[in-house]
Amino acid sequence: MEAVAIRSTASSEPPLMGGGSQPALQSQPAGGRTHRWLRLHRAEFRATLIGLVSLAVFVALWQYLTANRITLYVRFLNIPTPVDVLGRAVIALHNPVFGDHVLISCRRILLGFLLAGGIAVPFGLLMGRYRILREIAFPICEVLRPIPAIAWVPMAIMLWPTNEGSIVFITFLGSFFPILINTLQGMASVDPVLVRAARCLGAREAAVFREVYLPASLPQIFTGLTVGMGVAWVSLIAAEMISGQFGIGYFTWEAYSLVQYSDIALGMITIGLLGLASSFAIRIVGRLVMPWVAPR
Amino acid sequence: MAEKSRGLIEVRDFCLRYETMEGAVEAVSNVSLTVQPGEFVSIIGPSGCGKSTLLNALAGFLKPSSGRVTVDGETISGPSADRGMIFQQYSLFPWMTVRENVEFGLKMRGIRRGERERQARTLLGLAGLTPFEDYYPDRLSGGMKQRVGIVRALATGPRILLLDEPFGALDAQTRLIMQQILTNMWQRLKISVLFVTHDLDEAIFLSDRVYVMTARPGSIKAEIVVPLQRPRQPAMTLSSEFLGLRRGLMSLIREESIRAMGGEVSAEAMKGLAIDLEGQDLAALL
Repeated sequence: MEAVAIRSTASSEPPLMGGGSQPALQSQPAGGRTHRWLRLHRAEFRATLIGLVSLAVFVALWQYLTANRITLYVRFLNIPTPVDVLGRAVIALHNPVFGDHVLISCRRILLGFLLAGGIAVPFGLLMGRYRILREIAFPICEVLRPIPAIAWVPMAIMLWPTNEGSIVFITFLGSFFPILINTLQGMASVDPVLVRAARCLGAREAAVFREVYLPASLPQIFTGLTVGMGVAWVSLIAAEMISGQFGIGYFTWEAYSLVQYSDIALGMITIGLLGLASSFAIRIVGRLVMPWVAPR
Repeated sequence: MAEKSRGLIEVRDFCLRYETMEGAVEAVSNVSLTVQPGEFVSIIGPSGCGKSTLLNALAGFLKPSSGRVTVDGETISGPSADRGMIFQQYSLFPWMTVRENVEFGLKMRGIRRGERERQARTLLGLAGLTPFEDYYPDRLSGGMKQRVGIVRALATGPRILLLDEPFGALDAQTRLIMQQILTNMWQRLKISVLFVTHDLDEAIFLSDRVYVMTARPGSIKAEIVVPLQRPRQPAMTLSSEFLGLRRGLMSLIREESIRAMGGEVSAEAMKGLAIDLEGQDLAALL
């Protein structure tokens, strides 16, 4: 045997400085908690601050261009100023008709979107699991999918006895395919090892579906829901502008016809805020349903 | 308590063929092996020799083209919680906490929530994993995930445990610790274990017996009894007995690994790039 000399570096060397090797982290100044909190959240502060400044600059630029009626090939002559829009907003908020427009749009979105989710998610899960179903349904989906929901407007009017029905149908169609495609993708990307692990632990078909395929697909399903919600709004507004009698899309289009230019901007901003709120709501639900996914 | 009479694994003339455009290809050819109840047996062999295939047949994921695979005399017809399996890839369910993962097999068996929580807590306590019971797997290290995986597989009280290179993705130090944990668990439970690896030291350190498989089509080339006493200690890996075994296994497996790499590897090729460049740049030559 060969002799191997191993010397422990830790014990054989004298301390570099006589007892003065306290961890640096513990020697924080008093009241350092607030400081530390600020330091740890610096990135968020920065983002919020820059975001606010950039919004303010945007509104200021808008005010400048419209108040001075600038014309740089693009004409800001008839564009309402932010101040005008704010004035109209105050009036509108006191007028129940405006609230009705918003509520009707929200109801259509909710109906169309919930129907789409309620059908596309289970359908996608089944299609992802059973090849025969996929083979039957996929070609039809691929043909229908590229048709924009707006192109369905004439057909929808013929199909549905009420105007309301056809608008909800358009909204439904807009969100259906993004949800379906994403659910399918979620099913396709389920780690087969997890399925095998579940089966080795005694899970039968139904349990594998419920305990593995469904939760494993959830993140992708929620991506589909987010995209679907966006497309639902696009489709709804277009449908309302073409064939509506109520709704925020109709309100915006009507404002143009009635030469109420401030109301156009008000309608647009309202649509933006509603879209923002609905995608935020989906994110919140997603976080509640998928506590294991780290928030981004 | 563990029953000593349970967990006899018998594989007889196991063959696995599959169809390709060029005709039938034999992946595993005439493998016969036995694992006695309570025995720890390893299979080593070059990559692609079909050791994982054999394990998958035992788990019930595929049927032999010919031959028989039985546990306690029963032919395997599909996956079951009677046969626990640990995969090389971490296979904890990311949407379940550590405790929920351990509970999974009990849940599938229809045990009520309160009871399975109690059992899972007990097991996690024994494995020293209590502080992590509410963690999602995402927050665990690789070694920790495999520990939970083992506890999860053992929770339903399987007759045999099948491990498919379970520590392959871990770093060398963690792997040694995991081997020690596994042998300790096995000694306490006296469950039959079939362990697939390509790590010679691991196979010797853990096993009562080691089967060496040939390159594809895989068959059993040799069977080696490991006479090292139990409990095994890490220091044993330096004993002359251990090193002797290692040398023997090494020469057996080396031949097969070379075969698995596509046949003859000449002495020249083993030296590296056996081209005399005569001072020229390789790029200029090509």
